[in-house]
Amino acid sequence: MTTRTATGAEVSITGLTVGYGGEPVLHGINLDMKPGEIVAVLGANGAGKSTLLRTLAGLVRPTAGTIDLFRSDITGLRTEDRARRGLALVPDGQSVVAELSVDENLRLGALWRHRGPARARAIGRVYELFEPLDRRRSSAGHQLSGGERQMLAIGRALVAEPTLLAVDEPSLGLAPRVVADLMAVLRDASARTGLTILLAEQNVTSALSIADRGVVLSLGRIVADAPAETLSNDAALRHAYLGF
Amino acid sequence: MDHLLFLLATGLARGAIFALFALSLVLIWRAARIINFAQGAMALVATYVAFAVTGLSGSYWVGLTAGILAGAVIGFGVERGLMRFTKDSHPLAGIIVAIGLVMVLQALLGIFFGQQHRPMQTPFSDSPLLWGDTPLLSPYDLFVLVVALGVMGVMALLFNRTSLGLQLRASAFAPEVSRVLGVRVSRMVTIGWMLSAAVAALAAMLLVPTELGLNPHSTDVLFIYAFTVAVVGGLDSPVGALIGGLVVGVAMTLVTGYIGATVAPIGVLVLLLLVLLVRPGGIFSMREARSA
Repeated sequence: MTTRTATGAEVSITGLTVGYGGEPVLHGINLDMKPGEIVAVLGANGAGKSTLLRTLAGLVRPTAGTIDLFRSDITGLRTEDRARRGLALVPDGQSVVAELSVDENLRLGALWRHRGPARARAIGRVYELFEPLDRRRSSAGHQLSGGERQMLAIGRALVAEPTLLAVDEPSLGLAPRVVADLMAVLRDASARTGLTILLAEQNVTSALSIADRGVVLSLGRIVADAPAETLSNDAALRHAYLGF
Repeated sequence: MDHLLFLLATGLARGAIFALFALSLVLIWRAARIINFAQGAMALVATYVAFAVTGLSGSYWVGLTAGILAGAVIGFGVERGLMRFTKDSHPLAGIIVAIGLVMVLQALLGIFFGQQHRPMQTPFSDSPLLWGDTPLLSPYDLFVLVVALGVMGVMALLFNRTSLGLQLRASAFAPEVSRVLGVRVSRMVTIGWMLSAAVAALAAMLLVPTELGLNPHSTDVLFIYAFTVAVVGGLDSPVGALIGGLVVGVAMTLVTGYIGATVAPIGVLVLLLLVLLVRPGGIFSMREARSA
């Protein structure tokens, strides 16, 4: 693995309110992230985790509030331009392009970032990271197992060497061992390149195992924002919002 | 027997044009998830451009090139000027706008050029070559076959071997994921329309000289046949368009040759009906793969 000098993104979300027409799904969210920080977004189904990540990526337009990346306002930028600023979203549901092969999926992820031999090297690094994908380079996305699909979705985001990675429910439907492997990959990527990660999860234990900090969303509001360790040990908070 | 060979050969040439036009419908379906009912009329406008430019320049080839370019420009204009505004509404909106566009374009062509059939020239002779004593196919049929199959080959390479093709495919299959990965999906949709309209224009320009001539309804039947081919082959499948086009072309020529010209269109529609009843997704549909 080559050493890179990439630094993670500095993110500042201020007063973010999002609605799909009716009652807002997110109410005035404030969230700052330091470069290289891993922040877990926790909360039940419908708490607004996915909406927060999708708004960050520009797939959903906020009704109020701003998103700053490296201290420049990206709230008005289109999704594809945010990607080109170094913001990578791994949507939920192991979202590979089912009709394209593993190799094509990775090339697609690397397209705007790398050209020629550099692209092949970047894709090679993903294959080093995820051994099972290396053996299935020409398989179509729909032929992969759930775990392989999630590896591909994460690998395809990493291949563009983002500075901010937003991952939506990577553990959903996967075996505990696979989840542990994926979490380790995320933690290593952050440690190695300074990547900033926003990790939305219902699997609180897994998420907090690699996160520096956790924020708890409930009905579209942040009800707790604390170091991961504190959250893990706060029994009252766990009972109230995280269900264990 | 001699007659059969002749019918097969001409059928293939005719079928290659259907295949090419069907491919243009597949391209647009894959890029924008819309069946473009205006494809025939748009191709017709490009053919009139080719006709006019050939008349002015005296060169078939200059006219052909102008027609293809005009097709791409029309595709650009229709996508950016009309279709873009229908994509967030009801799926029928795009179809209704397209049908409206057909009426407007055909009326305008009638106003400017009249309803009479204007003969279009061919660059090569259209009387059949003899193989021994057997008439086989004309130099023009051969030209049509080479151009149609060549363009389909180039499209296959473009889509499967280039970065642009990868982005076009990804944008069609998974627009949201593609945007997240930095692909400029709306640009890809526009390029898809331009490619598709240029291919359709070429198909129309190849067909019209073999018919009565150019008039504002010259591509009506071509659209119906190619639409059948695209549906029979599976709207998602370029290979289906190729095979379907050749099969329908040969079948039509055989029916025309042995039974009568009036029966052929009925035969095509019966084929459409049967396939829709038995396999609504088309014979080469990728639906199974997608839902897996």
